[in-house]
Amino acid sequence: MAFYVCLISASLVFLGAATAAQQTKPGPHDDGPPVIVQPGAPGQGGKVLTPAAAAIKPRTPAEADVAFMQGMIMHHSQAVEMTELLRTRGYSKDLLEFGKRISISQSDEIKYMKQWLTDRGQSVEMQMDMGGMKMDAKDMQMPLMPGMLSPKQMEALEKASGPAFDHLFLTGMIQHHTGALIMVKDLFDTPGAGQDAVLFDFATDVDNTQTAEIKIMQAMLSKEKQ
Amino acid sequence: MMERKVLLSIAFAATLPLFGQTQTAAVTPPAKAPAPAPTSTVFTNPRSGPDDPRIGLKGGLYDAGEAAFGLERLISLPKPPGFAPGNVITSPAAAAADPANMTATAGAAPHPAAPSPMSQYGSTNSDLAFSGNHLFVGNYNGINTYDIDNPKEVKLRMSLVCPGGQGDVSVYGHLLFMSAEAMNGRVDCGTQGIPLPAGYVPPVVPPPPPPEPGKPPVRAQRPPPPPSPDRFRGVRIFDITDIANPKQVAAVQSCRGSHTHSLLVDPKDKDNVYIYISGTGMVRQSEELADCSGGDPKANPNTALFRIDIIKVPLAHPELAKIVNSPRIFTDTQTGDINGLWKGGNHGEGTQTSSVTNQCHDITIYSALGLAAGACSGNGILLDISDPVNPVRIDAVSDPNYSYWHSANFSNDGTKVLFTDEWGGGGQPRCRATDPMNWGADAIFTLKDRKLTLASYYKMPAPQTEFENCVAHNGSLIPIPGRDIEVQAWYQGGVSVVDFTDASHPMEIAYFDRGPIDPAKRAMGGQWSTYWYNGYIYGSEIARGVDVFKLVPNKYITQNEIDAANQVHFDELNVQDQPKIVWPKNFVVARAYIDQLSRDNGLDAKKIAALQAAMAKVEAHPDKKKVAQLKTMAVSLDKDAAAAKTPADASRLKALAEIMKQGGTTTSRL
Repeated sequence: MAFYVCLISASLVFLGAATAAQQTKPGPHDDGPPVIVQPGAPGQGGKVLTPAAAAIKPRTPAEADVAFMQGMIMHHSQAVEMTELLRTRGYSKDLLEFGKRISISQSDEIKYMKQWLTDRGQSVEMQMDMGGMKMDAKDMQMPLMPGMLSPKQMEALEKASGPAFDHLFLTGMIQHHTGALIMVKDLFDTPGAGQDAVLFDFATDVDNTQTAEIKIMQAMLSKEKQ
Repeated sequence: MMERKVLLSIAFAATLPLFGQTQTAAVTPPAKAPAPAPTSTVFTNPRSGPDDPRIGLKGGLYDAGEAAFGLERLISLPKPPGFAPGNVITSPAAAAADPANMTATAGAAPHPAAPSPMSQYGSTNSDLAFSGNHLFVGNYNGINTYDIDNPKEVKLRMSLVCPGGQGDVSVYGHLLFMSAEAMNGRVDCGTQGIPLPAGYVPPVVPPPPPPEPGKPPVRAQRPPPPPSPDRFRGVRIFDITDIANPKQVAAVQSCRGSHTHSLLVDPKDKDNVYIYISGTGMVRQSEELADCSGGDPKANPNTALFRIDIIKVPLAHPELAKIVNSPRIFTDTQTGDINGLWKGGNHGEGTQTSSVTNQCHDITIYSALGLAAGACSGNGILLDISDPVNPVRIDAVSDPNYSYWHSANFSNDGTKVLFTDEWGGGGQPRCRATDPMNWGADAIFTLKDRKLTLASYYKMPAPQTEFENCVAHNGSLIPIPGRDIEVQAWYQGGVSVVDFTDASHPMEIAYFDRGPIDPAKRAMGGQWSTYWYNGYIYGSEIARGVDVFKLVPNKYITQNEIDAANQVHFDELNVQDQPKIVWPKNFVVARAYIDQLSRDNGLDAKKIAALQAAMAKVEAHPDKKKVAQLKTMAVSLDKDAAAAKTPADASRLKALAEIMKQGGTTTSRL
């Protein structure tokens, strides 16, 4: 929801320090219309805005923001796929419980991201422009988002069972989540991106949650070694 | 006996959700298998049954169905221009034709604008602060100031436009403080965000290194984005001497920005106030703000993670406000490691994923006790703040059911702390019939000898739909003497008033709820904060605006108790700078205690009748003889206090005796 363009129209009144002092100071019970003020930087004067000038203009999301959400949906979908496999092939009870949590949060977040895109009139799927030939990312045969497991890795996971599955799941999910952290970092390092408030909150939460989950899986891996 | 009671409650909690789920199938989308009920040895309040009127409320932004118990909604004001929904666009094509709707940022080629949630719901309302007859409502786009001289006719006085999110707000005299953390905040309060420098050409990003088999991916080295001197992330200070003409006097930048902040007024220091900054966002690069860098403390001992920042504000010269310390409050006192608390790891089977403790989300300062309670991602912590610039951690707790430690409130007597867990970050629906009652809940701790001990969990009990973001959020104490009561916001779960006088058995005593903002899809909304201020409860509804409520008597609250609470008056209220409540020693307050003793069978009915008769006589014709009779009764009450069944009754009886000793005549107020 972050930022909106506010037209600096000619109707704006600039309140310098001198003119401000001459304004009649409204008393605490003043019944006049509410004033809309946009203060300036420290030491600078502010402006009084008309309701029309203050109105929030719909804001086009930055391309990098849209790409982040579309990419993260794909990224999250693989995590859900992996937790589905875990449900039937996993071995450790701890890991099974942990997988349920990942599944809840990633499934909820997929819905959240789709809503974010739909609300902004954007496609929920990433369109790849391959030399003039448009195709959906889901048809691609290679991992597109950092950390996503390759088809070969997914195949190995599907074939494994017991403690071997757990091991592949843990290393795979650490790889996967590490990729999500890279995606967040890349987003905020893209000039002009990450200025949408809803996306900012969401990406910050992804970073928090997945950092913690990586730590837990690393602990599980080291326990496995013992 | 105690143990059996606890077990029974847990069994209840486990069976009721299933019951609720079948009954609400029509409004709740098909639920997944119930989440595992985490094992816990402490009490969790049960989910409410299928007859809870909050189930199945009609959705809508301004015309949603409502259910209330013990709370009456007096007035609601939608958000004003600059914050409000609106700007209905006829078609995306028309919007695209307007050059104002095109982004000017590189790496962000313009898309045609579509109606966004911004135009549907406006910008997000957030936290509240109060001063005199003014209510300040924080918003991601600025602050709205309302005149609440007559709370039934709240009027907007001034809108301050200054984006930066989340707009957490505090007030001290003529100074108004505001948090900014987002990437679009500007020093000059501009709404245009941070456009790229003219002629800027985005650098070519090298491809990431090929992944090593079996190793997590490595991030490609990127050139840093251009730093901007215009960007603001930190705490803004406004002078509101003239409320219609606020002036920004200082803008204190910080490495992670300010997600929330807490005002600290040191009783020993009349010349300064302090601001504790909790930053949770990405760390800025040093090119933009000197000395900022992030990362693992092992690789970077100067990391801006694992600390809080403290601003000193000289009251005579607020423009000189600056960060004076960034204490490493998570340090392991044995090893000296600055990441000494929650380093990650699992609590065991069926438990939550706690966040790594490298930040605080919110800190509640209780200067009267010289303590602060920090809700710091993976831990709840207790700080000694007798030296405000150098807080010292004195206790830290973690919890297997907690995902993200979010906020805290002390009980007025400082013997309990109510923490909240914002599982899912606030945007997710975590009050569904399938979500465990002790996840995304309050955790009530007892505080004794400066040690925190878990006593129970409390969660708003009515199951909510898939479309309602819901989890524990901000609340404040309602000053009913003799009880610990908090009014709390649960996003689209509404308002829940919880009594935690008995720390091991919290219970809901009042509520207010609306149906979802949108009956068919997810939309961010609901109560962000609900705080009691001088007789009324104010709610900041994220999407819908401002709500004003008052308490009304029900089977858990009497009019005498409400009247006694309304004897308390604050000149100013910043909930995270928790004020110590002191009640006048008069009959209004006495009658609240008497009602509570009567409800609990804490005093013989004959004695209650005699006391009431004696008080009535003094009120009718106060004379020395009648007042002397009260003093005699006080002696008897003190004896009863010594033999009381519960600690709560004992303190009520003692307080009652005090009032009788004074003849019920003082009218001293806070």
